[in-house]
Amino acid sequence: MRTVRTLTAALLAGAALLAPASAATAAPSPTPSAGQKGEGPTEAGTGFRTATAFRPGQKATAAGSTGDYLYWVLPVDAGQRATVRASVTLPEAASRHGASTWRLDVYDGLRRRQACTYGTQTATAAREAATVELDCVLRTVRSGAEAWSNDPLPGSYYVRLTVAGLPEEDLGLPVRAQVEAGIKEMGGAAAVDAALAEPLVPGIAGASEEQRAARAPEDGWSGGWWSDRWLWTAAGGILGALAGIYGYSLTRGSGRPGRPRAEA
Amino acid sequence: MITRKRLAAGACGLFVALTAGLLPTNAVAADGPAKEPPKVELVLDVSGSMRATDIDGQSRMAAAKQAFNEVLDAVPDEVRLGIRTLGATYPGDDRALGCKDTKQLYPVGTVNRTEAKTAVATLAPTGWTPIGPALQAAAQDLDGGNATRRIVLITDGEDTCAPLDPCEVARDIAAKGIHLVVDTLGLVPDAKTRAQLTCIAEATGGTYTSVAHTAELSGRVRQLVDRAADPVVTPVATEGAKQCEGAPQLKAGLYSDRETFGEHRWYRVDVRPGQELRASVSIGADRAVNNDYGVILRASTVHGREIVRGSEAGDGRTDVISTGLRYPKAPLDGDASETPETVCLQVSNSFSAGPAVKTAPGMPVELTIDLVDGPDEPSDVASFGLGRGWWLLGLLVLTGLLAGLVWGWISRWRISVWRTN
Repeated sequence: MRTVRTLTAALLAGAALLAPASAATAAPSPTPSAGQKGEGPTEAGTGFRTATAFRPGQKATAAGSTGDYLYWVLPVDAGQRATVRASVTLPEAASRHGASTWRLDVYDGLRRRQACTYGTQTATAAREAATVELDCVLRTVRSGAEAWSNDPLPGSYYVRLTVAGLPEEDLGLPVRAQVEAGIKEMGGAAAVDAALAEPLVPGIAGASEEQRAARAPEDGWSGGWWSDRWLWTAAGGILGALAGIYGYSLTRGSGRPGRPRAEA
Repeated sequence: MITRKRLAAGACGLFVALTAGLLPTNAVAADGPAKEPPKVELVLDVSGSMRATDIDGQSRMAAAKQAFNEVLDAVPDEVRLGIRTLGATYPGDDRALGCKDTKQLYPVGTVNRTEAKTAVATLAPTGWTPIGPALQAAAQDLDGGNATRRIVLITDGEDTCAPLDPCEVARDIAAKGIHLVVDTLGLVPDAKTRAQLTCIAEATGGTYTSVAHTAELSGRVRQLVDRAADPVVTPVATEGAKQCEGAPQLKAGLYSDRETFGEHRWYRVDVRPGQELRASVSIGADRAVNNDYGVILRASTVHGREIVRGSEAGDGRTDVISTGLRYPKAPLDGDASETPETVCLQVSNSFSAGPAVKTAPGMPVELTIDLVDGPDEPSDVASFGLGRGWWLLGLLVLTGLLAGLVWGWISRWRISVWRTN
């Protein structure tokens, strides 16, 4: 099944190379909520269902009240390691009554909590602080995993930003939040031989092409078949062949025994 | 890099086109966006205390009126908006009468801005603060159809009509499963008002805002009304059974249910060989619960064997706790029958609460079910069994060198044998 899929993908990729114009039309259009690169949505959702979509590289902002649960959702593809950064502009210090603790949580497309390998997932802002910065570096997303594992898979990732602890009097004060995500390609070291038929995007089975494109990365989902392992293996083959020719030539010696006789 | 991207885009484009053509279209029905226009009702407190002049130097009432005018100007066209007041007509001391004092100022429908503004302008701070009855009446106003519903409650004081607890009222409204959210705004709130308003918001999945300036008030109300206009998938109400037998049969889609503390709810899903079941569940903490909690979503066979589970535990302040699972059913070889397997899904939670907290109605459960093609079974750890790294290159070079040498020696030996003959 995978071979068939890869062959079709390769054929298509070939076609795409030959006809760049047609490839451009086939590529998914940008999300409705997010326009150009850099500027993201200016609202946040209040739950998994209403999470606002943005893409890595965009800056999503939102105004809310202290105590709101702000949700965004972004696509992360196989082989990528995402870093989510959030910054909260706190209400005026004069209107606050004490320190507040803020928390950034990341969930995958199945609403499973995802671990932060490092980063400040929780931070406490002193009463006079103006902003809080939070960040979370996720694990590298794999193209597939066993059903019993909790490994991160390509698909939607939900970001939830909220206050985790504060004096009761400070609930409901206006805050501004900003979230952005960076992607680092981790290369073939993380390329595994398993692939989901569909990325972990909720409701993808019944989604229209437009809805799929809105939730996909800018260049679409990679499909997980490409990795630099192809290059390494091919390079190894070439080097091995060259080494073989060299080894063969060594046994010939410098004198080339056949030739003097032929001339003579 | 560009080549790679283009490859990926091309491949993805094809893939999307292929799958889109193959998918059954009826699967969309369950989770398509709501077609009906969203309904919003603004519920404004017009009780006597709104006379207090502590918002930007003007009275609370004046601030609310100004905010309403701005909001009415900016209402999105598709939103059906209504306005209800509480404590606007009865100025007397009779509690029984004062606590019935709520009336619809502007019916829910397409907004005529002039009419609505004129109606708001007539308001003068008068009576009691019957929040509970006002919420009940507002829910009634928004009744009917399958639209998304939102109540925006603006008040400056707590409910004065005990024993009807507005928070209980809100939870009962939410439990009807009509996707109604109550957002609350407190004007210069005191501790009691804040507690009550946060409780109402929490019970319905809404938000609470404390307002000290006119700009904040109009900005927030506008944001909430806009939020109502956002297309959102509405879940289908279902009721899980106590055991797998007789549990509701679910298809791909989004479902809502209620579950009390420690309760188990079962659902059934048919999974065909070669399909992958994806299920996720979130349980909302819509009341004051104890600090530690958890959720388990378990998939098992009809005979009770557990296949896979998703579990999550947490502590501290939260809106929901959620988990999910994947179950790829292996494709059958040959011409075996395509009969689907019935998978039982069990949702259980370990929420708890103090004795003062009511357990009924249960906490909101949101269940998503997806059925997609199964994944490819890996034949190796590495992608396609390919190699990578300097050790691989070294090994291949060494092997090539040795092979070349051996080949060379063999051919030399053969030539010398040939020559001697």
